[in-house]
Amino acid sequence: MADAVARDLRIPATTRRLGGRALINRKSMIAFFFALPLILIVACLVIYPALYSMHLATLNKSMTKFVGFGNFEFLFKRNTFWMVVEQSVLFAVTAVIFKAVIGFVVAHFVHNIPLKGQRKWRGMLLIPWVIPPAMSTLAWLWLFDPSYSAFNWILTHLGLSGIPWLGNPYWARAGIILVNVWVGSPFFMIMYLAALKSVPEQLHEAAAIDGANWLQKIWYVNLPMMRNIIQITALFSLIVTFANFDIVKILTNGGPVDQTHVFATWAFTLGIWGNDIPLGASVSLFMFPILAVAAALILRNIRNRGNEA
Amino acid sequence: MTTATAQIGANQQSAVHYGSISRGRKRTLYWSYFFLILFVIFFLMPPVYMFITSLKTSAEIGAVTNPWWVYHPTLQNYIDLLTQAQFLTFFKNSALVAVIVVSVTMVVSILAAFSLARMKFWGSGTLATGVFLTYLIPESLLFIPLFKIFAFIHDLTGIELINHWWVLVFLYPTLTVPFCTWIMIGYFASIPKELDEAALIDGAGYLQILTRVFIPVALPGIIAATIFCFTVSWANFLYPLAFTTSADQLVLPVGIVTTLIKGDVYNWGQIMTGALLGAAPPLIIYAFLMDYYIAGLTAGATKG
Repeated sequence: MADAVARDLRIPATTRRLGGRALINRKSMIAFFFALPLILIVACLVIYPALYSMHLATLNKSMTKFVGFGNFEFLFKRNTFWMVVEQSVLFAVTAVIFKAVIGFVVAHFVHNIPLKGQRKWRGMLLIPWVIPPAMSTLAWLWLFDPSYSAFNWILTHLGLSGIPWLGNPYWARAGIILVNVWVGSPFFMIMYLAALKSVPEQLHEAAAIDGANWLQKIWYVNLPMMRNIIQITALFSLIVTFANFDIVKILTNGGPVDQTHVFATWAFTLGIWGNDIPLGASVSLFMFPILAVAAALILRNIRNRGNEA
Repeated sequence: MTTATAQIGANQQSAVHYGSISRGRKRTLYWSYFFLILFVIFFLMPPVYMFITSLKTSAEIGAVTNPWWVYHPTLQNYIDLLTQAQFLTFFKNSALVAVIVVSVTMVVSILAAFSLARMKFWGSGTLATGVFLTYLIPESLLFIPLFKIFAFIHDLTGIELINHWWVLVFLYPTLTVPFCTWIMIGYFASIPKELDEAALIDGAGYLQILTRVFIPVALPGIIAATIFCFTVSWANFLYPLAFTTSADQLVLPVGIVTTLIKGDVYNWGQIMTGALLGAAPPLIIYAFLMDYYIAGLTAGATKG
């Protein structure tokens, strides 16, 4: 009797489990089909080209012969290459530091004013990020114009001599960094403002009771609380800035005498205009190590964040 | 009783400190406004200057009068550009590319995000991380191999992909799909599981759960992703510059840069007008949907 009951109970249980497994299989099949377009796009248009460019970098100019590291050896012997490395690193690091500092400072100013007005100010401050960079760089190109330049007009009216903004390599580098900072700092401001809003007000009150001044509150309360977002945003921007193309291309096109080229613009000049695709691919591959390190750090940060939450 | 006393004590204490805190706050407030005004001037100077120049004639620009002021405002530059067939072609190409890319991206990434965030299959966790990593691969690393691959496709099948505006429809998803999928995963993962379990018990299929439950609930996220997707496809400069050359196949940013700048002759009035018109669609969208735009910006790094 007991045995019969047990058997009766057991049979439905088995079928249910089988049914459940079939359901799970069907579910994961459907899930896979839903994700299939994404997998195809990423595989064909991102992963495959990225690997293919490594193959391309080992070919000769007409892409008929395998030359191993020949392209890299050729690049290492060229002065322009080292100039590009230096300029890319200098540009990316300086620009990211400036963007982070300006973003951090402006975020605090916006946070300080009454909540009612914040939306309006934030809205105005984000405009540089919204305008397509190619279009706003044209405006900067015009602001920098040597003979009719709006900047030089102000300088001459202040009794100073005009500056050859984009004709001199040092000023041109500074100009490129300035435009990039102008485009990018609103993004930092928005991210840091969001982080600032999540700092609990009690911590500031506690710090105030302990007699902390405003600088101490920022240094000992805000900065540690925002550390994660600060890091993610900076790393993220480092990738984008390092791979920047639009600003340099429009503002100086690498000139004067290749002194402001970054990896992306030089790869374009060599690969597309110079018709030496393998050499262009080799140049752009130099972006890879720094991107990989930054990506690994971002991933670690995001994982940490997930654990905290 | 004790609470009441504590309350009163607290009130008194705050009343004592009220004056000095409020004075300190007021000073902070003034300084904040002062610096905010400075930064707004810095951030808005180029677009304002674009607008000023766009209202000038070439004669006025050439006369080197005060560059920050318009003495004889005219809309001639706008009229010239908007009646020029070539400029309208750029606009049309840009709009078509943006609309197609946005539609394709949103379908692909909503389906994929639903599958990765909710349904899960073997390897879906790795895939989600992989999507994030591919989002970090910039276009400046991909354009050369893609250029070569498209040339190969031409040799193999005879289909000429390069130098047609629609080639961009294949290129822009490399930028938009990973990001949109990533932020949609974040939005979908935040929807309570009870919601889709209830729908499942009521006999809904997965597609129904997606269209009847997830899409309506995650609508703000979808709007944010759509805005991002549109902005990226409208603004991209590298891909069209590398892949399209004929004047009738160009999109707006490249068209303005390559056709309005003729050799050494810069017609700045027209260039600035073109740039302003090119910046207008994203700016208009931003003006109306600012909160969604900002939500999309912050979601990329804070979700997930």
